[in-house]
Amino acid sequence: RAMELPPGHFPAARAAAVAVEYLRYLRGGPGSGLRLRELQRARRQDIDDVGHKYYLELELEDVLDKDRTVSCTAEVLYHLGSKTSAPDVQLTVQGELRSTEAADKEFYNRIRSLEKELVAENIPDSHGNVPPELEPIHLLAWVASGYVIWQNSTENTKFHLAQVKHVKQVKRNDEDLQFDFVLLLHEMVSQEVLPWEVTLLWHPQRGARVTQS
Amino acid sequence: DQVLHIVPETIQQVQHLQLLCSTFMLDLWKPLLPEDIRAGEDLHIRVPAPLVQEMKDSLAQHMISYRVLIPDVQKLVDQSMPRERSSHRQVSGGYVYTEYHPMEEIYQWMTQIQKNNSELVTQHILGKTFENRTMYYLQISQPSNKTKKIIWMDCGIHAREWISPAFCQWFVKEILQNYKTDPKISRFLQNLDFYVLPVLNIDGYIYSWEEDRLWRKSRSPYENGTCYGTDLNRNFNSSWGSVGVSFNCSSDVFCGSGPESEPETRAVAQFIKSKKSDILCYLTIHSYGQLILTPYGSTTKPPSNNEELMQVAKEAAAALKGKYGTSYRVGSTALILYSNSGSSRDWAHTIGIPLSYTFELRDTGTHGFVLPADQIQPTCEETM
Repeated sequence: RAMELPPGHFPAARAAAVAVEYLRYLRGGPGSGLRLRELQRARRQDIDDVGHKYYLELELEDVLDKDRTVSCTAEVLYHLGSKTSAPDVQLTVQGELRSTEAADKEFYNRIRSLEKELVAENIPDSHGNVPPELEPIHLLAWVASGYVIWQNSTENTKFHLAQVKHVKQVKRNDEDLQFDFVLLLHEMVSQEVLPWEVTLLWHPQRGARVTQS
Repeated sequence: DQVLHIVPETIQQVQHLQLLCSTFMLDLWKPLLPEDIRAGEDLHIRVPAPLVQEMKDSLAQHMISYRVLIPDVQKLVDQSMPRERSSHRQVSGGYVYTEYHPMEEIYQWMTQIQKNNSELVTQHILGKTFENRTMYYLQISQPSNKTKKIIWMDCGIHAREWISPAFCQWFVKEILQNYKTDPKISRFLQNLDFYVLPVLNIDGYIYSWEEDRLWRKSRSPYENGTCYGTDLNRNFNSSWGSVGVSFNCSSDVFCGSGPESEPETRAVAQFIKSKKSDILCYLTIHSYGQLILTPYGSTTKPPSNNEELMQVAKEAAAALKGKYGTSYRVGSTALILYSNSGSSRDWAHTIGIPLSYTFELRDTGTHGFVLPADQIQPTCEETM
């Protein structure tokens, strides 16, 4: 019932991008980011009255540690007439992602102890540079954009984070860190660059949560 | 080489780390001496490349967690101190090919390149942009009795794709630096001429430097000056306006008011038409995506010489991958990417140029259009 798809063609590539972005939202943090290394296999099933379901086998790599890869099997379901609902994504990750516990704690403490709230713009800059102290913020922007991209993807879109236009830390009374982002998302089919405001909360043990976008 | 950030949690971990430091003679960046390593305090160690995996395995074995602070120390060093100035000096007096250059500098570069290599290079006017800037192409041609076939390459049709003009400049430099010593290049030049247009969409490129880094289109005004820019790669006369475009000026794929409505498009089209019986290969360079795209974008029906097109493209992708392992996908735009019409590559093929390709250079979305300058060299080397 499920049709085999060429992994190099765009329908499978778009579904794979959604799976990767969803995973970035679930598992990303200031100390780690994942990137798609290869889409190894893709199948599609058209389910009457429901939508199109893609079955994917992916290999991902850690951007900070390229020799470290994990495999992932994913199911991406685009709902029929999907103008208002996000695709459903289920994933299983095989392999260990490197622990970032110590790095996360260090980042958390560093930001909490800032006297002035952190503000930055244009990450990366026009020449593609990211100052090392902003790399964790860049990776958190991937988490935030992962959420936005997952929520807004259809079979006719392929989004990537083009640049972080602006980020502002907002100090909180509870234990979470809060970052208000303005992200620029590039959509491949329309070629548009769309600004998106997202608020991300993050905590070393509890992980990330988007509260507003 | 990598720099690792570790916060040891117990005395045992501290001792193990001290042992690793002395056994491997590691370069401690913080603290300076192994005896100053403390539990609960930051540790930054530089690990030489051949020891990285072993080090990480040892840390994992002892349940010591780490973060990679600097994934490539050499890159960072190179970023702060541009190298290889001297090897470019004879070709064009110290131009740094591993940085992005604004249009003014590219104009100066073209003049210099012709001056320093006048036996091979001539600079010609192609036409003018909407904002009245001159479009120049470089002709690289070894004097000879026979008429040679032409390979045409244009870069920078989309303003934000900075790696593209960087590649065209690199390409010219590479040919001129090596044609006497590299047998492949010297054979090429015996039989072929290269025509290179380093920046097609000059107005847009300047705009991306001065106003909006992510601008794509040209800068011609529409709707009484309330809206700017045509997507030049939707403006050519190949199934113009049929699919993958917008007729709304505010769209990034606005195809213009008609095929070849834009002066930049006309300048390129007129020239290529005039030389078409001699042009063997049309190449247009874009980013990003790591793709070698063949005709067509407007239909999945393959072109008549599809087998040849795919064969050559697959060999190119394999050669490219052989350099640094970078994977490029190969196939028609309509299958690999999306539907589009009015592209320069499709137009070149329909008027009879047999080998017609769009290259989408690095990367696949991690940096996208803002590819770091330190990737210029590897991108260009592998693409050569």
